[in-house]
Amino acid sequence: MLFLEQLLNGVQLGMMLFLMAAGLTLIFGIMHLINLAHGSLYMVGAYVTATVSLASGSFALGLVGGCLAAAACGVLIEMLAMRHLYHRDHLDQVLATFGIILTANEATKMIFGPQALFLNPPAWLSTTVNILPETPYPAYRLFVIVAGIVVALFLRHLITHTRIGMLIRAGATHREMVTALGFNISLLFTLVFALGAALAGLAGGLAGPLLAIEVGMGEQILILTFVVIIIGGIGSVKGALVAGLLVGVVDTLSRAFLPTVLKTTLPAASADALAGSVSSMAIYILMAVVLVVRPQGLYNAYGT
Amino acid sequence: MRVSPFIRQALAMTALCVSVQVLAEPAKIGMITTLSGGGASLGIDIRDGFELAVKERNGQLGGIDVEMMIVDDGRKVDNAKQIATRMVERDQVDVMTGIVWSNLAMAVIPGVTADGTIYISPNAGPSLLAGKRCHPNYFNVAWQNDNLHEAMGQFVSDQGYQNVYLMAPNYPAGKDALAGFKRFYQGDIAGEVYTKLGQVDYAAEIANLRAASPDAVFFFLPGGMGINFTKQYSQAGLKASIPLFGPAFSFDEGILKAVGDAALGTMNTSQYSHDLDNPANREFAAKFMETYGRKPSLYASQGYDTALLLDSAFQVVGADFKDTEKLRRALAKAEFASVRGEFRFGNNQHPIQSIYVREVIRDGDTVTNQLKGTVFTNHQDAYAAECQMK
Repeated sequence: MLFLEQLLNGVQLGMMLFLMAAGLTLIFGIMHLINLAHGSLYMVGAYVTATVSLASGSFALGLVGGCLAAAACGVLIEMLAMRHLYHRDHLDQVLATFGIILTANEATKMIFGPQALFLNPPAWLSTTVNILPETPYPAYRLFVIVAGIVVALFLRHLITHTRIGMLIRAGATHREMVTALGFNISLLFTLVFALGAALAGLAGGLAGPLLAIEVGMGEQILILTFVVIIIGGIGSVKGALVAGLLVGVVDTLSRAFLPTVLKTTLPAASADALAGSVSSMAIYILMAVVLVVRPQGLYNAYGT
Repeated sequence: MRVSPFIRQALAMTALCVSVQVLAEPAKIGMITTLSGGGASLGIDIRDGFELAVKERNGQLGGIDVEMMIVDDGRKVDNAKQIATRMVERDQVDVMTGIVWSNLAMAVIPGVTADGTIYISPNAGPSLLAGKRCHPNYFNVAWQNDNLHEAMGQFVSDQGYQNVYLMAPNYPAGKDALAGFKRFYQGDIAGEVYTKLGQVDYAAEIANLRAASPDAVFFFLPGGMGINFTKQYSQAGLKASIPLFGPAFSFDEGILKAVGDAALGTMNTSQYSHDLDNPANREFAAKFMETYGRKPSLYASQGYDTALLLDSAFQVVGADFKDTEKLRRALAKAEFASVRGEFRFGNNQHPIQSIYVREVIRDGDTVTNQLKGTVFTNHQDAYAAECQMK
């Protein structure tokens, strides 16, 4: 019973990571751009969602606002900074996007103040649902799982069944050919960046009711997100989904059950301390193992 | 007559030189604190509290002009060490203060005090600096790290809870916290969990916690971690059946603003509360609210008290503030009206003070703390005996 509940917790965390990773992996895989500022877009999403929700009283409206604001910031960043860095090496991109992180953090603090913002789930999601007998589960966490599934289906449809998806796939592998055929590749890149940013904004908005909405929240999740796209295979949305779930489940289960497992062999006090340290390493061990077995990640990017 | 303007000018120059010398050199105060990134609200509160006291005294403390150097450490040990070295060697500050986190404090304070600079801690109080490695140049105006947790251990026992679940981040102050709690708590321990520092999702811990069915939870999760946990705990529907207890660090005014109703009814221990009824605090709380538009947290009160302590010492030593020995003796007397009420230093130059219990209530539009009672009076830390200083 507890195991199933923890599994569900893992899936829920995995879905959050997927939302973040999907956008990042698209940008990374298709535009060959390392965007450390992805976490800042997540933060923008959370802050705007909280502000709009509070002002309008509607969480749904807040989410829409958060997505749009993050997408708008994404377009701005792409046009002002990223566009000039496509042909530079990755270190330049890392430096530039790191600069954006610092700017975004300070700007957020100036606009919203240093204290964390308040955001609760809407009333109809503030209850618990008995998923199993005697196992109440927060309704909002179920909502996050559903939202993740919806986004996954939407992205699958977008990438495999639409013209724009075809261009995205083609742009990733045959950039010059797409240009030669008369498509505006820089417009396409701006669109991809905006889509990635909107996904980050959605992740931030959805995380808002669960987490502290504070300056620097993006960096906490950014590292996990990079772990996810490396495990999943850079550029693959399917990989981001599978790896997100994998990382979410491994992280949750190790935190949940490692102390109990270790206590069978070790004295209680040292088991608690050791479990704390080992469980925070678990996903990195997972990443190392995956990289040894499949250095390119679980899935390939499109066509490569 | 052609000479006279020159004479006048020369006279004016001389007068200027004299007046420059008469205008005493300002006391330099170096403040290293966390103003950006996670946990910035703590450092900002400390800074704002300190600056309010200086502002009230027109840029002076104890009648001496002060020059503030406030630098952000970004909660990073390396930054803090670099800034400290710069302040001591290049800027030659007279007094240092500001550090929020114990790991930063341990990296900076022993070096600074050994170099002969006075350091007054407005927050971090690691056990080592209260015990074996206490130092005549080191003062702590806040508490020794264990104190608020000790009070909660006592309070939870007094309330008759027998089976408590404990939770803290996996770093030195987290371990000190649970050790402090257990020093005064009498009952059984249903579970003891160390989580990752900066953890965002607590679903796994909350499910385990429910499975252990304790009769109460004690948790020490400062800053954003506390917001994450309290929100998620309330959403899991556990708040009504298994009550939460913690030190004030898990329920400061900034956290409550972000958590809202999810924290209502929880009890926490603190050496300060904005509704403490003494003249110094009534004035401070009103002025802080007026200046910054928010209620003062315990961190803000600690920053303010640090400035008041300096104010009292500068009044005694006057222009001799560079005489470390004299300044030290004046500081140790702690002759200032602390906003928390009675306050004095023990032999290790850490506070001997009362610790109160507060309840989280709704007051109109805001969720805030209300004073409920006193757990300890004249409480001293457990490490004072290990300090060789007399």
